[in-house]
Amino acid sequence: MPRNRTAKVAVLGSSVRRAAASKASSRSSSPLRRRLVVALLVVAALALITVSFREGTSGPLHGAQSAGAKALHPFEIAAERVARPFRDAWSWADGLFGARSEADRLRSQVEQLRQQVIQNESALQENVRLRALLEYLDGPTFPRDYSGVSAALIARPPSAFEQQIVVAAGTANGVRLNAPVVTAEGLVGQVTRVTEDAAQVTLLTDETSAVSALDLRTDAAGIVRHGAGTGDMLVLDRVAKDEVVNVGDEVITAGWRSGGLASLYPKGIPIGKVTSVGQTDTDLYKQVQIAPYADFGSLDSVLVLVSRRPPLKLP
Amino acid sequence: MTHAVKIAVLVFVAGVLQATVFGSAGVFGATPDLLLVTLLAIALRRGAVAGALAGFLGGLLLDVATLESLGVTSLLLTLVGYWIGRFGETTARDRAYAPVISVVAATVFVAVGGYMLHYMLGADVLAARALGTALLAALGLNLVVGAPVFALGRLLLRSDERGGRAGEVQLLG
Repeated sequence: MPRNRTAKVAVLGSSVRRAAASKASSRSSSPLRRRLVVALLVVAALALITVSFREGTSGPLHGAQSAGAKALHPFEIAAERVARPFRDAWSWADGLFGARSEADRLRSQVEQLRQQVIQNESALQENVRLRALLEYLDGPTFPRDYSGVSAALIARPPSAFEQQIVVAAGTANGVRLNAPVVTAEGLVGQVTRVTEDAAQVTLLTDETSAVSALDLRTDAAGIVRHGAGTGDMLVLDRVAKDEVVNVGDEVITAGWRSGGLASLYPKGIPIGKVTSVGQTDTDLYKQVQIAPYADFGSLDSVLVLVSRRPPLKLP
Repeated sequence: MTHAVKIAVLVFVAGVLQATVFGSAGVFGATPDLLLVTLLAIALRRGAVAGALAGFLGGLLLDVATLESLGVTSLLLTLVGYWIGRFGETTARDRAYAPVISVVAATVFVAVGGYMLHYMLGADVLAARALGTALLAALGLNLVVGAPVFALGRLLLRSDERGGRAGEVQLLG
C-alpha cells in the first residue's frame, strides 16, 4: 500500500494526506528503500559469514580483519587504561569482604607449604642425582623450558557464545599459534589465532577446549574440559573407575607424547583442584569436577608461553 | 554535527567499550551489552534504516575487535536494529515504555538468535549456559545500562520531530 494515502478528517470535513518521506529522518523512508537496505545488509552479513568460514586464516578477509584489529588496537588500549582504575577499585572493595577469613586461611596454608618446600627440596636434589645416573631424557617441561610473553587483555568475548579473549601480543612478540596461555594461578587456554600484534586465546571454558591432565597425587589421567552447565567449573573426563582421585587433589597438565602426536601443553601447568568425585554403575568413567585456579571472569593480563627448546621430532 | 556522524561516533565508542570494558563486567555469567543498548537507542530515535546500518557496522566493529568470525554479530544486530527501528516508527512511537520493551525483546532475540546461529555454524554451545540464568542476568544488566544510554540517545539524537510532524498532514480541500 502506498504511503501517500488520503483520509477524511471528520471535524474539518476535508481530506488530509500524509506527506511524502521526510528528507531529514529515516523514520519516514519509503518501504522499498527500507527493505532494500536491510536486505542488502543481511546479504552482506551472510556473505561475510560464508567467506569468513570458508577461507583460510591467511585469506584476504582475515587479512582485512587483522588490519582492522590493528587499527582498533590504540583505542582498545586507551579504553582498557581508563577502565583499569575502576576495575581495580571494584576488586579491592570486593576483596575487603573476605579479607579476614582469607588471611587466616593463608596463614595456615603458609605453615603447611613451608614444611612441604623442605621435603620438595630434598626430593628435587634426589631427582637431579638419579636423572644424571640414568641419563634420563625428557620433553619440554613447565616452567623450566618456557619463557613467557606477558600481555594485557584488550578485548573480551562479545557474548556468552564465545569463550575467547584477545591479548595485546602477537607474532612480533614471539607468540605462536597453539601456544599455551597461563596466569600466575594456572592454565587459561591456548592461542587459536594470531596476528602481528594481537592473539586470540580460546579459554579452557570453551566447549572445544580439551587438555590431557593428571592428578598430581595419584597420577590418574584424564581429559580436562568444560562441564555441561557448570559455569566456569571444569570436569576431568575419561578417568577410569579403578583410578584413585580424591577431593582436594591438584590437577596438572599431562604433557603426553604418543606416536607422532604430542600434547600442545607442557607437563606440569596447574589447572585446578578437585571439588567432587563420583561414579555411577552406568557410567564408564568417574565423574570428577575441578575448580580451576585461574579466575576466567576477571582476567586482565596473561602470560603466553614460548618454548625455549625446538619442537621434538617424533618418529 | 549531522545525525549520521553522531550515530557513527556512538556506535564506535559503544563497540570499543563493549569489547574492552563491558565484556568483563560479568554478573551470573552475563555481561551488559552496551553496543546492543546503544543500537536500540539509535533505532528507536532514528528508525529502521539507521538502526539496521548501525547494527551492521557495530557488529562488524565488534567482530573485528574480538577477532571473531566476521558477519555473525553483524547479522544479528542488523535484524535487531531494523526490527526495533520499525517498532519505534509504528506502535512504539513516543511511548514511554518503548525502551524497556525494546531492551527485553532485543536481549531475548540476540540470545536465542545467537544460539541458533552458532548452532547452525557448528559451534558447541550449551543452551543451558546461553539461555539459562545468563539470559535473566543479561536482561537486568541491559535494563540498568539502558537508562543512561537512552537518555544520552534522546539528547544527542534529538530529532526534528516538531517540524516533521507538522509537515506530515496537509489539508487538501
